[in-house]
Amino acid sequence: MIRNFDARSALLSVLILISGLAIWHFATHVPETGPVGVVLSAEQTDTLLGNNMAAEDIEFYASQGVAFPQLEQIAALNLSRETIEMAGGIRALGISVPDANSAPAPGSLFPSPAKIGVELWATITDPFYVAGTNDMGFGIQIGYSLLRVIIGYTLAAAVAIPLGFLIGMSPLAYKALDPYIQVLKPISPLAWMPIALFTIGDSELSSIFVIFICSLWPMLSNTAFGVASVRSDWVNVARTHELGTLRTALTVILPAAAPTIVTGMRISIGIAWLVIVAAEMLVGGTGIGYVVWNEWNGLRLDRMIVAILLIGVMGMLLDAAFARLQRAVSYVE
Amino acid sequence: MAKPFLSIERLTQQFPDGAGGTLTVFENASFGVEKGEFVCILGHSGCGKSTIMNILAGLAEPTSGVVKMDGMHVSGPSLDRGVVFQNYSLLPWLSALKNVTFGVSARHKGWSKAKVEEHARAYLAMVGLEGDVVHRKPSQLSGGMRQRVSIARAFANQPKLLLLDEPFGALDALTRGTIQDELIKVWSQTEQTVFMITHDIDEAILLADRILLMTNGPLARVAESVDITIPRPRNRTEIVEHPNYYAIRNHLVQFLGQRSKDLAGHGSDGQDQRPETVHIDKAAHAEADVDIEPEGAHLRAVND
Repeated sequence: MIRNFDARSALLSVLILISGLAIWHFATHVPETGPVGVVLSAEQTDTLLGNNMAAEDIEFYASQGVAFPQLEQIAALNLSRETIEMAGGIRALGISVPDANSAPAPGSLFPSPAKIGVELWATITDPFYVAGTNDMGFGIQIGYSLLRVIIGYTLAAAVAIPLGFLIGMSPLAYKALDPYIQVLKPISPLAWMPIALFTIGDSELSSIFVIFICSLWPMLSNTAFGVASVRSDWVNVARTHELGTLRTALTVILPAAAPTIVTGMRISIGIAWLVIVAAEMLVGGTGIGYVVWNEWNGLRLDRMIVAILLIGVMGMLLDAAFARLQRAVSYVE
Repeated sequence: MAKPFLSIERLTQQFPDGAGGTLTVFENASFGVEKGEFVCILGHSGCGKSTIMNILAGLAEPTSGVVKMDGMHVSGPSLDRGVVFQNYSLLPWLSALKNVTFGVSARHKGWSKAKVEEHARAYLAMVGLEGDVVHRKPSQLSGGMRQRVSIARAFANQPKLLLLDEPFGALDALTRGTIQDELIKVWSQTEQTVFMITHDIDEAILLADRILLMTNGPLARVAESVDITIPRPRNRTEIVEHPNYYAIRNHLVQFLGQRSKDLAGHGSDGQDQRPETVHIDKAAHAEADVDIEPEGAHLRAVND
């Protein structure tokens, strides 16, 4: 039954994908209208044939929108179509074609799924090329973003988890620090950016600082809450076994609070990944967030969409890693 | 009179009553427990049994009075006093075995891992947990099995005093019976001093050498100490045949039904409140039903 259920849900997912792509395709698809053909009268055709022009050439140029006077000029050249094409086409030979007839109808500016697919494949097959400061493989750009997130996040964890532990173990500290946490937590991480840029100066360090500050609060408040709400029975078990403070913290409180702490870590990594894109748009230079902004400025929407897709996939992978960690530390009471 | 192994002296516990005053749970309560003795304490809810238990465990501080064990003041929790909590208090992220080794390694810090595990397994086997079951997490064990693990953890530490806080309160009657038998078995092998809270009269008679009876609170007191004059080994189906069984049982029922109320609510007037010893032995002297011997110097008349 479960196998069956999995298969059914997978099938449904694929169907949703296909219909999504189909809607996208038809929304961006413009039929190839091409140049408006010219209809020749019987006498005109006869004249051209009389001028030694091949019937199929007449038909071809007429369909390309070349009008009768120009056709006469072509016929006067007395060259085969092959030769004309080798010489660079009729325009190269000084025969003008009315613009209204030759300009193709404008297609959609928004890239079609097929175009995205081509770009995505190019990215997957060569993710690490470097062709210049503004033209690097998305693998490298994601790497920059990931590195910033990891540095900022690790620093935040190194501060938030021990500090949260202390706050959680001391009801006094919990109550005294709670107002600060509650005020600082809802501040958008990007609001810290000007302060960071002013005090730190360096844009690279500033974006790491922003990641640090946005990862800090969920981990801090979850750790403090998790530690403070460890069941007193379990703490009593530690007490009746004469465990010292450190051993109690490590062998009883940490495993008891671990699910709550890891939940905080999972929320933090999600926020950090959201924020890095915005921060990189702001400070520029490198990173996947910068790529989105740069491709938008260059109107390479296909590359921009591929970058956006990669942001989503990377975020999902980060979340899945923490979900796995969460399963590892969870317990049933 | 020599000091008993565990001696509770003039213990008083007061709490704020929430209206600015104080609520006296018990006042100047004094009693003793001998080494190797199995003592049950019976009383209605709210009489302060659990408070006494927490003080003995060192998890709570009395308002005044002292607890001495082996002549030493008890303050704070200690490995010398093992506790089996009513809700088992197993650590849910550890397997049954790890829950026991957790305690053993805290007690014997120098032991090798293998020795700790062997010791833990031996005690788990005593309560009937062997094989793969010991690797299960508490959530995968039944209530009875969880309490067995909890008992094994407490006994494995070989504390000088074992405190059991209504250990079978949450179990069904059949499981309760089995684990009571296992508790007796382990206790008779280890000769541990046990102090146990219970609500169940039959359980108390089956297990205890002596039953302390508490009056209702507030101002509760340990009013009587009833000797269980039924020889061991005891068996739940056979003890009911013993002539003393119903005499003792009736005495306990009457106390809980009537005298626990009558005796309640009297202040101690600064007096040391010791329980009266009640010795019921129909088998020894058929003519004397109830024989009350004074234990302490300060006695109150039994007014029933």
